[in-house]
Amino acid sequence: MSLQSPLGKVLGNGAAKEGAGHWWAQRVSAVGLVLLAPWFVMSLIALGDLSYVNIVSWIASPVNTVLLSLLVLTVSYHAQLGLQVVVEDYVAHKGIRMLTMLVINFTLLVLGVLGVFSVLRIALTGNH
Amino acid sequence: MAQHERPLSPFMHYRWQYTNTLSILHRLSGVFMSLGIALLVYWLSAAASGSAAYEQALRCLTSPLTRIAMFGWLLAFFYHLLNGIRHLGWDLGYGFERAVARKTGTLMFVTAIVLTVLTWLCISARITASVSGGLL
Repeated sequence: MSLQSPLGKVLGNGAAKEGAGHWWAQRVSAVGLVLLAPWFVMSLIALGDLSYVNIVSWIASPVNTVLLSLLVLTVSYHAQLGLQVVVEDYVAHKGIRMLTMLVINFTLLVLGVLGVFSVLRIALTGNH
Repeated sequence: MAQHERPLSPFMHYRWQYTNTLSILHRLSGVFMSLGIALLVYWLSAAASGSAAYEQALRCLTSPLTRIAMFGWLLAFFYHLLNGIRHLGWDLGYGFERAVARKTGTLMFVTAIVLTVLTWLCISARITASVSGGLL
């Protein structure tokens, strides 16, 4: 006989109250990065020299603008999910754990927004 | 009262083996690459701030010290990518047999090192070309 309530059974969540959401999000973002990250590294190699003109015109081409924005967003998200697991596993003190996660989340959010803004600024202002 | 055997955390009674070594390296490479996000965004924001800012950033990003760190980042990248694909295979139920997991583990490790060396040589040559080409 299970002591689980009918509502608990329907929601299917364990003690963490969030089900498989975090686990699944980490896999989905991983699949995205399996595609995006090798594209980025191969593009860097294919670019030739790393001069300002070369880089800016590469970023400004529409496909690269979209993929680079997706890369910055996905990599920040995937890092947030991964670092959260590491922090939850190794930082025992609840207060320090919460503070560490706050710093990590805010930093990654700022980096993600700044990265996408930079890509869009290059693509949309057209001063190249 | 009789003293009962208390359950121990796995790390206290499993011997050290290749599986947990690869597992902890996956975490370490992930944490190390997270630091690299700051570098990537610095590079992008410098490009968005104009040619003067970009050239200053490039000078900083192509310094000998950063070039050595780049090797570490590439190694972390290829390791995490290839081992991550192994993990996704396991999640789908493939490759969990002992012999297969050992084989893919070795293959992944060797491939990661080869790809790192090749990519690093390639990017290093680009940087040297950019420097000697009078870009910096």
